[in-house]
Amino acid sequence: MKKMLLATTAAALVATGALAGGHAKEVKLGIEFGFTGPIESLTGPMAAGAELAMKEATDSGKLLDGATVIGIRADSACIDNGVAVASAERLIAEGIHGLIGADCSGVTGAVLQNVAIPNGMVMISPSATSPGLSTMEDNGLFFRTSPSDAREGQVMAEILVERGIKSIALTYTNNDYGKGLADAIESSFKAVGGEVTIVAAHEDGKADYSAEVGALASAGGDLLVVAGYLDQGGAGIIRSALDAGAWDTFGLPGGMIGDNLPATIGPDLDGSFGQIAGSQGNGIDTFVAMAEAAGFDGSSPYTPEAYDAAALFMMAMQAANSTDPADYKDKILEVANAPGEKIYPGELAKAFELIKAGTDVDYVGASAVELIGPGESAGTYRMIEVKDGKNETVGFK
Amino acid sequence: MDFLNAIVALANYVLIPGIAYGSQLALGALGVTLVYGILRFSNFAHGDTMALGAMATVLMTWLFQSWGLSLGPLPTALLALPFGILFAIGLLLFTDRTVYKFYRVKKAKPVILVIVSLGITFIYNGVTRFIIGADDQNFFDGERFIISAREFKTATGLDEGLSFKTTQGITIITAIIVVALLFWFLNRTRAGKSMRAYSDNEDLALLSGINPERVVMITWMIVATLATIAGVLYGLDKSFKPFTYFQLLLPIFASAIVGGLGNPIGAIAGGFVIAFSEVTITYAWKKILVYLMPESLEPNGLVQLLSTDYKFAVSFVILLIVLLFKPTGLFKGQSV
Repeated sequence: MKKMLLATTAAALVATGALAGGHAKEVKLGIEFGFTGPIESLTGPMAAGAELAMKEATDSGKLLDGATVIGIRADSACIDNGVAVASAERLIAEGIHGLIGADCSGVTGAVLQNVAIPNGMVMISPSATSPGLSTMEDNGLFFRTSPSDAREGQVMAEILVERGIKSIALTYTNNDYGKGLADAIESSFKAVGGEVTIVAAHEDGKADYSAEVGALASAGGDLLVVAGYLDQGGAGIIRSALDAGAWDTFGLPGGMIGDNLPATIGPDLDGSFGQIAGSQGNGIDTFVAMAEAAGFDGSSPYTPEAYDAAALFMMAMQAANSTDPADYKDKILEVANAPGEKIYPGELAKAFELIKAGTDVDYVGASAVELIGPGESAGTYRMIEVKDGKNETVGFK
Repeated sequence: MDFLNAIVALANYVLIPGIAYGSQLALGALGVTLVYGILRFSNFAHGDTMALGAMATVLMTWLFQSWGLSLGPLPTALLALPFGILFAIGLLLFTDRTVYKFYRVKKAKPVILVIVSLGITFIYNGVTRFIIGADDQNFFDGERFIISAREFKTATGLDEGLSFKTTQGITIITAIIVVALLFWFLNRTRAGKSMRAYSDNEDLALLSGINPERVVMITWMIVATLATIAGVLYGLDKSFKPFTYFQLLLPIFASAIVGGLGNPIGAIAGGFVIAFSEVTITYAWKKILVYLMPESLEPNGLVQLLSTDYKFAVSFVILLIVLLFKPTGLFKGQSV
């Protein structure tokens, strides 16, 4: 046993020596997503997206004169602030230079307040969309490549009006994300003259939602909008509403868009529609092809945003010529926005060269990144309709 | 027409779900009340016994499904149910031999047994999650509906749909059969009579030559059967998820206590009282009132007494009221 320990230590020493010899610098980026919890089916591709950007940067050999980028995964559990904060502290202890995450809005706020701000760590979240995060005091440390739900509320209201929906019943998952999104949808839909008959919360993880559906059905409405999670109560509400014959079609905001939902509900879901942050054009097509080559699904929700979050970190570091969050945090808006040469996925090497040469860049990336206001994405949305048991993209907004 | 619509809406959202849920609670409460009446302690492990029995049934169902066995329009789970019951009986008898017997022989106080049963709860809970996982499991097959909402609407021309799920029908029919069998057993058979005698007066029963170990064994077998049936029916009707059975403990105990602990008729009545209170208090009555009231009196609000978030609070409140004003329950049971 003793010998084996010795051998292992020796091997580790040699390995570290070899690494240190080959690369001048190591850049560590934390990836904190909810690998367990209510959106676990989405986080696998998201993390793979972020790691794809890191691999691209490492392989280019041009980031900070040949730095190696290492991603360290940690679990945010999505709805458990205790787990999320502990994971973030572990990442800080491992010496990360930037934190990609967290994923769900509640834990993102908790990590920002309790870990990122005290440690001066920059966070870029690909998927935290609560409007509350726009106004949270962040010392310029928090950015997101996804738009705020306030924007999603407007988009959803527009789609509802276009489809001739006059009144909706609204139910949301009882947390920061659900509440924020429900408020946004309610106020936007009322602003364009729609009627919201009831706004009721539902708890995740229950076996039976017939009481909730009974109350919603009693209030009535042309459509039931379910601002929940597809792997959790959101699916339960839809199942129960279909069983009781209360509604046939549903409005599905971002948290409900995923391949699992049509698969669990079956053909009854056909005709339901919704929207999710996502873009069209060269960027996303290139990214999906790159992801396919790397063996994961690049069109999975928030996966392009995760790639972009990682890319923004590395480009800002290159621009500041430093891995210290205090140095590069001001460069993030610079590299993300115009003016400058447009950078698409797969062109990180070119971006690093241009930045080194002192040329301005405008990162477009996979999700058409354009950061506004307090550092959040302006937001393009994919409109989705469920047809023949599949989510199909029917347009963009 | 409006009146018919109101009746259909009431049946669809209140009566049918309430009766199905009440039957499930009644079956669970019967098990709790039997343990209390004969073994004289509150068995907190009952919820997780339901989970384990249902788990065994789910696994057998999957096996049968992989063999291509089915009952046509009925769920295959009914075929697997006897195996789940056998598993639960074995498990409870094993637990009794290894754990409860030790305390029974020592004549431990009921409160000690309650805490012991809480420990058993956590062990069962862990075993269930270890074997089948903490997630939702789907084991339903066969025809989903006896009457589906859409068909009902086209057939009758009413605005309101009525849906009656196969699982709800099975739940109600099974509950009636099981309860009838149980009462026949308790009132007509020798073993049943000896159980009741043991429950009424332990010393007198022992003096008249009743074998206590046999009574205990029969009790556990009946409890295992009831728990498995209740667990499988709940899982079929809603969904099988280990943690929800632990949450079911509260309404089940509330049912047993409201009806009168140790009294089987009380357990059934209690189950329906709790189920209907939960459903009616959290239901928004607007829809039905709109149909029934003249236009000038139609309500603007939802007419919902409590938001659905407080569903579990309802059973708590009823429990408190009963304990304060009628500690022996609606039907005379033992006081807690």
